[in-house]
Amino acid sequence: MQVIVSVNRFNPKDNNGKYWEDYNLEIEENATVLDALIKIREETDGSLAMRCSCRSAICGSCAMRVNGHARLACNTKLADMTDEAGMIKVEPMTNFPVIKDLVVDQQMFWDKVKQVSPWLQSEGPEPKGEYVASNESMNQLAGVMACIMCGACVSDCSVMEVDKNFIGPAALAKAYRFVGDPRDSKSVERLGVLNEYSGIWDCTRCYECVEVCPKGVAPMDRIMALREEAISVGYGDTMGARHADVFSDLVEDSGWLDELRLPIKTVGIFNLPALLNFAPVGLRALVKGKMPAIFHHNVPNVQNVRNLFKRVRNDQNKDG
Amino acid sequence: MKFAFFPGCVSRGGCPELYPAAKKVCAQLGIELDELQDRGATCTGAGVLQEKNQFLGDVLNARTFAIAEGLGLPIMVICSTCQGVMSQANRRLKTNPDYLAKVNEQLSEEGLEYKGTASPRHLLWVMVEDIGIDVLKTYVRRPLSGLRLAPFYGCYIVRPSDDLEFKLYRDREDSLERVMEALGAEPVDFPGKTRCCGFPILTINEKNSVQMVANHTASAKQLGADALVTPCPLCHLNLDGYQPSAMRQTQQDINIPIIHLPQLVGLAMGFDPKELGLSRHIISTKKVLSKIQVAV
Ligand code: SF4
Ligand code: SF4
Ligand code: SF4
Ligand code: SF4
Ligand code: FES
Repeated sequence: MQVIVSVNRFNPKDNNGKYWEDYNLEIEENATVLDALIKIREETDGSLAMRCSCRSAICGSCAMRVNGHARLACNTKLADMTDEAGMIKVEPMTNFPVIKDLVVDQQMFWDKVKQVSPWLQSEGPEPKGEYVASNESMNQLAGVMACIMCGACVSDCSVMEVDKNFIGPAALAKAYRFVGDPRDSKSVERLGVLNEYSGIWDCTRCYECVEVCPKGVAPMDRIMALREEAISVGYGDTMGARHADVFSDLVEDSGWLDELRLPIKTVGIFNLPALLNFAPVGLRALVKGKMPAIFHHNVPNVQNVRNLFKRVRNDQNKDG
Repeated sequence: MKFAFFPGCVSRGGCPELYPAAKKVCAQLGIELDELQDRGATCTGAGVLQEKNQFLGDVLNARTFAIAEGLGLPIMVICSTCQGVMSQANRRLKTNPDYLAKVNEQLSEEGLEYKGTASPRHLLWVMVEDIGIDVLKTYVRRPLSGLRLAPFYGCYIVRPSDDLEFKLYRDREDSLERVMEALGAEPVDFPGKTRCCGFPILTINEKNSVQMVANHTASAKQLGADALVTPCPLCHLNLDGYQPSAMRQTQQDINIPIIHLPQLVGLAMGFDPKELGLSRHIISTKKVLSKIQVAV
């Protein structure tokens, strides 16, 4: 099969900045994107820089953007990605500084992972034999432990793009791995740190990380689990936690969300500076006749909804 | 064609121009609507309630699905967030019979049961899958030729693609572009197309949220788009309502109108811009209207 691999190149030693270079090549039908890149490097252009090792989606070194989304080059079939003209676009991961061509600097990535203390911290007397953890508790961690630290999720994270301080999907998934481990004694302290600015509440729930992760780690789902956990151990006083609380109350109350009350309840009626922050858009909207003065209507049989909320919560409390 | 219509709350609350516009367009397309909020359906939980209690969220959505099953009608939504949250809940309910039974236990008190047959879909998908692009074209009275439009999908109508059954329904991936073309407009490919608008963190980290608005609106403008078009009212709230903040935060002039999908279809059908609520936006839509020679 004939393909055109368009590579976004960069060499700090010349002054060309970033530029696209197209490589035409003949390659077998079942080749991966990585096969094509290696073929280019070996046969046409020895200056093309990339990282790879295992070629079987284990080492995590070949993550890059293919047609605009981060993926492992070694488990992406070339034929699945080419357009009608037989072309694919390959770029280095975003949200990482580029060293050369497809090779990025991962220092920040590792720093963030280290930030969550990714090791077991258990206290109390040492067990006689091995520390036994139930199958059930470890099974639910198996998904996170499949992470190969490739960085694909960080590359495509929406928040990382605007704020490099955000701790990010890979590190947060790693944090969940220890918060969720029954042998760890520092879960509450860990959650306290994650509850801070740039932590679990800064995620915008965009699912980019879930979509691109080649290992099914679903970092965002872990972040949501951490939020639930943080609320349950009593970290209910951050803006994000209150937002989730108030939202739930409003739906329970009327069946629907009352958007005007949401910011007021989230920031608190007495938190004037924060409330004023919402004022510009509220006022602008009022002027344009966009916002209804106060919109609040209940669904028919709202009592049914309120009862349902109570019943579900009671049953959940009973089950612990 | 008849649907159990789930308008969501933003289409009647924060973006009250959306609900009437969607109803006008549906009526014109011959789509009959049985409104689920009048039948006691609630909010989907928007993913926010799920952060606190996913099971409760799934019970609420199963309840809505059961109500629609009772009517014998498929569900239609007009919000990317409603679509995503419903699709995710539906996947959990349909793939796990034990879980479904547990959820149904909660519904039984009200005499409801979800049988697992719902397949909620956005008006956007209905136009492409149920009505069809060729038929849609026949409704165009005022072709939008000359308009360059940047599609802004919103996260929940494109991810997770498995929950949204993209593999089964191949047309979903570029549905917005295809509708734009059917109406005579030219889609502009831009980097923000399937990115997040930042709405969910607006109250938590306004600076980051507003920066996302700035990035998407500015890049669409730079690529020559006349407006952004979105099937998600929450995206609209942020991209339209917070564009002035975005301009202030990044010190640049952007001023690119954000148009709801039904408003766009309505314009092409020949409706008056006022009826479609196009005068109610924060960022004026006048430039777009004058480009297709509609008096404001
Ligand atoms: S979570 Fe997935 S995408 Fe992120 S680093 Fe781990 S394996 Fe890669
Ligand atoms: S869901 Fe959260 S962590 Fe994942 S990519 Fe989006 S913002 Fe980043
Ligand atoms: S998801 Fe949003 S728009 Fe949809 S019903 Fe709930 S709050 Fe409303
Ligand atoms: S783009 Fe924003 S409002 Fe729209 S679906 Fe995503 S998070 Fe929601
Ligand atoms: S080369 Fe090891 S993961 Fe791709």
